[in-house]
Amino acid sequence: MSKQINVALIGNPNTGKTSVFNALTGLNQKVGNYPGITVEKKEGICKLPRGVKAHIIDLPGTYSLNASSLDENVVIELLLNKNDKDFPDIAVVVSDVENLKRNLLLFTQIKDLEIPTLLVINMSDRMNYKGISLNIDYLEEHLQTKIALISTRKNEGIGRLKDLIANFKDLPITPCLNASEIDQDYFDNLRKAFPNQLLYKLWLVITQDVNFGKTDRKEIDAVANFKTKSKGDLKRLQQKETIKRYQFINNVLKKGQTIDVSQAKDLRTKLDRILTHKVWGYAIFFVILLTLFQAIYDWSSVPMDFIDNVFASLSEWAKDMLPNGAFTNLLAEGIIPGLGGIVIFIPQIAFLFLFIAILEESGYMSRVVFLMDRVMRRFGLSGKSVVPLISGTACAIPAVMATRNIESWKERLITILVTPFTTCSARLPVYLIIISLVIPEGRFLGLGYQALTLMLLYLIGFGVAVISAYILNKILKIKSKTFFVVEMPNYKLPLFKNVALTVIEKTKSFIFGAGKIILAISIILWFLASYGPGEQFHNAENIVKAEYITQNLTEEDLQQKIASHKLEYSFIGITGRAIEPVIRPLGYDWKIGIAIISSFAAREVFVGTLATIYSVGSDDEETIKNRMAGEVNLVLGGPLFTFASGISLLLFYAFAMQCMSTLAIVKRETNSWKWPLLQLVIMTVFAYIVALLAFQFLK
Amino acid sequence: MQDTLAHLKHGEKGIITDISSIHIPLKLLEMGCLPGNFVQLVQLAPFQDPMYLNINGTHLAIRKETASHILIDKITDE
Repeated sequence: MSKQINVALIGNPNTGKTSVFNALTGLNQKVGNYPGITVEKKEGICKLPRGVKAHIIDLPGTYSLNASSLDENVVIELLLNKNDKDFPDIAVVVSDVENLKRNLLLFTQIKDLEIPTLLVINMSDRMNYKGISLNIDYLEEHLQTKIALISTRKNEGIGRLKDLIANFKDLPITPCLNASEIDQDYFDNLRKAFPNQLLYKLWLVITQDVNFGKTDRKEIDAVANFKTKSKGDLKRLQQKETIKRYQFINNVLKKGQTIDVSQAKDLRTKLDRILTHKVWGYAIFFVILLTLFQAIYDWSSVPMDFIDNVFASLSEWAKDMLPNGAFTNLLAEGIIPGLGGIVIFIPQIAFLFLFIAILEESGYMSRVVFLMDRVMRRFGLSGKSVVPLISGTACAIPAVMATRNIESWKERLITILVTPFTTCSARLPVYLIIISLVIPEGRFLGLGYQALTLMLLYLIGFGVAVISAYILNKILKIKSKTFFVVEMPNYKLPLFKNVALTVIEKTKSFIFGAGKIILAISIILWFLASYGPGEQFHNAENIVKAEYITQNLTEEDLQQKIASHKLEYSFIGITGRAIEPVIRPLGYDWKIGIAIISSFAAREVFVGTLATIYSVGSDDEETIKNRMAGEVNLVLGGPLFTFASGISLLLFYAFAMQCMSTLAIVKRETNSWKWPLLQLVIMTVFAYIVALLAFQFLK
Repeated sequence: MQDTLAHLKHGEKGIITDISSIHIPLKLLEMGCLPGNFVQLVQLAPFQDPMYLNINGTHLAIRKETASHILIDKITDE
């Protein structure tokens, strides 16, 4: 039994690091989180020659070992902590042939850590296109490493890469330059003070706040206190170090790389001229957004209807085929409708992540950031806020995490605070079902009223997000440097494999993440709705029969009356009716009230909750939608879901902060309960007022 | 007065001569924004800001405010 080789994939953003990861691991990968923080941890298994296996970690993209964000910090913490179970036997630095110079900076830093380091030069297929040629032998000799020239797009060179990983013991571990020359005296003293530690490791500890390995914590504290230089001096020294590294890289590349500019073809300039044009740029962006909404609404409605019907029949089938009893009821009325409420989202979630993955992969997202920065700044946001606001249409949780690369704390905080206003995919099922109930089917200028309503809701979400940002920008007195750097990567045709894996991975984690909550809530709700305390519940049959004794009801109607009487006096009914006075002015009954309360676990629970509540005690095979349409408003008469109550509900869901996971993530990212609580109170009160006004005016 | 990066016009080139290190984060330096390196303005965003630059072969965008802390010598094409 040979031991697994631990491999860490490290590289700048946009070098195709993830493509290399996908090429090595294929479907043998899993995505989790680093313990205690919300940075995504991707790991996978790769089979190497001679039966050896490699455990591969895809570390977050970083430009250097001087971390400026939580994600980047993960990289140093792993590389500095020899006791970590994932500590790499070999570091694989992924670079892109067109940006070799910049990519090598990180490489030289990692070499200083004396870990066996392998250099991957990716996108070799673009070398001819850009007129680049490389002297690999020369580079290997001077960079003290082995090089794998590969193309993930053409699937070339992967075999050699695997061979090199398997033979990691042959890699030299000597640094390729002597960076301590920048201040020999200082580093000599440092070495004397801590003779057992690696010099570069000491330097990293001194210049930044890294926390690694509890075992050598004491000594590290001592190192961090080794302050013989002022902060300003240290910064100047870091600057000198960077210049020194670039000098070395420039010298190596002078002989190791030749670029024949006359051979280079430039697609970038042509595309940029259109995509960042002051008119066309915005127009194209708008069209892309329109297509996105069209996809979510129209294209995914077919599979969604199908799923809805399948689950309705499945429920009915379970009831018919299984023996009567509590378990069958739990299955048919609790679990199956609950599961249906999860599975029904798959088409939309997949479409959303598909679009976002393509926009990111192609390099277009950076252009949007560039295009929108000036406009967004007016509202106290950054161009980089566009990415969270767009991915907020999928889910606010990754969106809040996506704010990490916004450099200014104030801009980042405002982005985090307003992102939950954007219409996330969890609101979508609520919108879809209510729109289909209360908005007529007609068309206006070829666009359906229903699709227009949905589009309007998205616009309202964005609008309110931007307006709140503007207000927050005026109120919040936070001083922070407004500073902004965004790389403009080359345009690339998205790799099918990368896009597909992202879509599968994200959809899966959404379904299982949210799915667990939805399923649990469905089961709890079913119990609460099927059992109750007291005379009214247990004796429901006799009470109802006595009440309707004079009327000649059919058996079916009578059963229906009994079931609804029972529901009213079940645990859930009692709770629901207790809160009814608060929500009645908005046009809701107690069942909607229960659905709203359970929505605080996750909004998408709304549909599942109503499905569970309505299906308890009902025998017919019905889709969720038909059940809702059949509900009667007991106070006003007529259907419960009217134009007024529907709009009121839509607006309530548009603005209310109903997502515990988002609150948790905001707490984590802002490191304080103040901001999430503020979000919860302000958004929910605002939602209540708007919904109240809407219902009272439209009634 | 010496030119700063913020003074570059569309397509113009220069060599970085000095940077005011208090205003420039390390990250920008690490991306190649260092004295002696070549820089070209690729494009200005609508509303003239941010600036899309080619610095030392790396394409990136920064705001004008930051650019005004980077001193350059303009290169005029021969």
